[in-house]
Amino acid sequence: MRWFEAVRLALRTIRTQKLKSFFSLVGVLIGVTFLIAVVSIVTGMNRYMEDRFANSLIGLNTFMLRQRPAFTTGNVPDDVWRSWMRRPRITYADADFVQDRMTTPVTYAKFCSDRGTVTYGAKVAKDMELIGTEPSYFRIKDYKLTAGRPFTAQEVKVGARVVVIGQAMSDKLLAGIDPIGKELRIGGIPYRIIGTVEKQGTLFGLSLDKFAIFPFTAPGRRMICPINVLDHLVIQASGPTTMVAAMGEVEALMRTRRHLKPGEENNFYLQTSESALEGWQKISKILITFLPMLVSISLIVGGIVIMNIMLMAVAERTREIGIRKALGARRRDILAQFVVESATLSALGALLGIGAGILLAFVVRAVTPLPAAIAPWSIVLGVVVGVLVGVVAGVYPANRASKLDPIVALRAE
Amino acid sequence: MSEPVIRIRDLVRHYVMGSETVQALRGVTLDIDRNEYVAIMGPSGSGKSTMMNVVGCLDTPTGGEYWLNGQEVSRLSDDALARVRNKEIGFVFQTFNLLPRASALHNVELPLVYAGTGARERRERAAHALEIVGLAQRMHHRPNELSGGQRQRVAIARALVNSPSILLADEPTGNLDSTTSEEIMGVFGELHAQGQTVIMVTHEPDIAAHAARTVVLRDGRVESDRLTRDAAA
Repeated sequence: MRWFEAVRLALRTIRTQKLKSFFSLVGVLIGVTFLIAVVSIVTGMNRYMEDRFANSLIGLNTFMLRQRPAFTTGNVPDDVWRSWMRRPRITYADADFVQDRMTTPVTYAKFCSDRGTVTYGAKVAKDMELIGTEPSYFRIKDYKLTAGRPFTAQEVKVGARVVVIGQAMSDKLLAGIDPIGKELRIGGIPYRIIGTVEKQGTLFGLSLDKFAIFPFTAPGRRMICPINVLDHLVIQASGPTTMVAAMGEVEALMRTRRHLKPGEENNFYLQTSESALEGWQKISKILITFLPMLVSISLIVGGIVIMNIMLMAVAERTREIGIRKALGARRRDILAQFVVESATLSALGALLGIGAGILLAFVVRAVTPLPAAIAPWSIVLGVVVGVLVGVVAGVYPANRASKLDPIVALRAE
Repeated sequence: MSEPVIRIRDLVRHYVMGSETVQALRGVTLDIDRNEYVAIMGPSGSGKSTMMNVVGCLDTPTGGEYWLNGQEVSRLSDDALARVRNKEIGFVFQTFNLLPRASALHNVELPLVYAGTGARERRERAAHALEIVGLAQRMHHRPNELSGGQRQRVAIARALVNSPSILLADEPTGNLDSTTSEEIMGVFGELHAQGQTVIMVTHEPDIAAHAARTVVLRDGRVESDRLTRDAAA
């Protein structure tokens, strides 16, 4: 009997017992649904974290010279935390020291920020990100201005009270008003709006547009950093290779400046988007490691269910097997018939599982900020695994069927 | 017609059941020529069923020779026997043994499926076989939509579809009323008249009377072998 013939026969058999067939393939269905959905979500998260999280929070080919890591995941032991806090902070002088001696061509921006309240007349915007920095920051973040201009190096030098604001702040405080030239108050100090930045969107459902950027030398700086101290120095290279070179150089310069002996640990930190992603990568690794276990368990259960159903089918259809043998079916024909039936059943479960998994991924994307992305390899894997489970589960029952004595089988009820 | 289609020499079949050995066939010698119409009779326990199984290549003898259509088949492997059954033998059973979920046409196609015949040729030949038994109008019906006589006709069509050397019927009217039995015997008669070799196992003398030759078994041996009529239906 030819293969497609066997598949057609299997489909006919499955069709005549729709409900029973459905229940027998539920295990495989669930397993493959898991596989597709979890892989989709993890892949989507990976892409999201790399594209959005890292780049919107840190920037492309960018790193930061800091006192301690900006993002921590899991529990940082108290003593580690205390040792981080004991480190000297990054000062203006540190930043200038590095800038003066670097040979790799990079862009710098001194940076300080904190959360605070901004007011316009009687209107209040709380929990805004207040950023004190340099004009180069706009280039590093690739901010496009919808109106006005960024502040200049001259304005930084004199500590001018000028501010560039994000879309969300503009909408909240100046809805329907042209913001340019208007005066905001940050910590009671008046600032003139000179520009607005185009909408940046959201990250995990949080707006990226609630910010006010002013010169790090402006009077409001006291609210965000102590005098002469920076949160970090942002350093952007032109590409991944120059970034690696720049990081090496910054590390060496800082070690010299801090008089660290060889073997002594750095008492500063270089934050990259990759190191920011470390936590996520840990989670994603755990998910990807546990996924096969989850999937295997449902597939093993699914396989056992199918094997049982096939054993029942062989018992129920003993007479059919006898008839087929009497009419000239060889052992391998019967074997093929039941293995193919089992594999078809299981593959059908896998196909339904792929559909359900894709659906689930879309639902997750629609109702949560997690962007699920279907991984094509997971679909291929789903089909392969489905067929494989069916074949493995079908071999034993099929072998039993093929060994039946036609005389005995024909006498069965 | 020099070579008989069935040549059986000293056929022996033992079954071991626990500590006992049952001697179902104790040395049967029998020749059946092409286009014969033979009834094999005998009381229960005479070895009739065993004979039918061995002749049908469903079982292999313990000893002796069995030549079917010029081929010694008593020592063949399971798969080789399956091929012989497929090519040389058309079975008609007492209980019809049709696949309940398949249409008449599909049931008749079955031997051709195992012969590896292509789908279109299979359909044509199965449809033709159903025409021969007068069921051309019912090919898409399932067995449970057919009467007993019609089911047996489907089974006969299935037995014929591979143009077998022998048509082997096991109590073909055992589940049918007498009118339908006569009809079915008429079909066998016609097939025999067209040149088909027919071997029928039965315990009913009325049915055996349709055959041209009757072989009676008793205690695993041939008790009598006589021509009941001239070789005509």
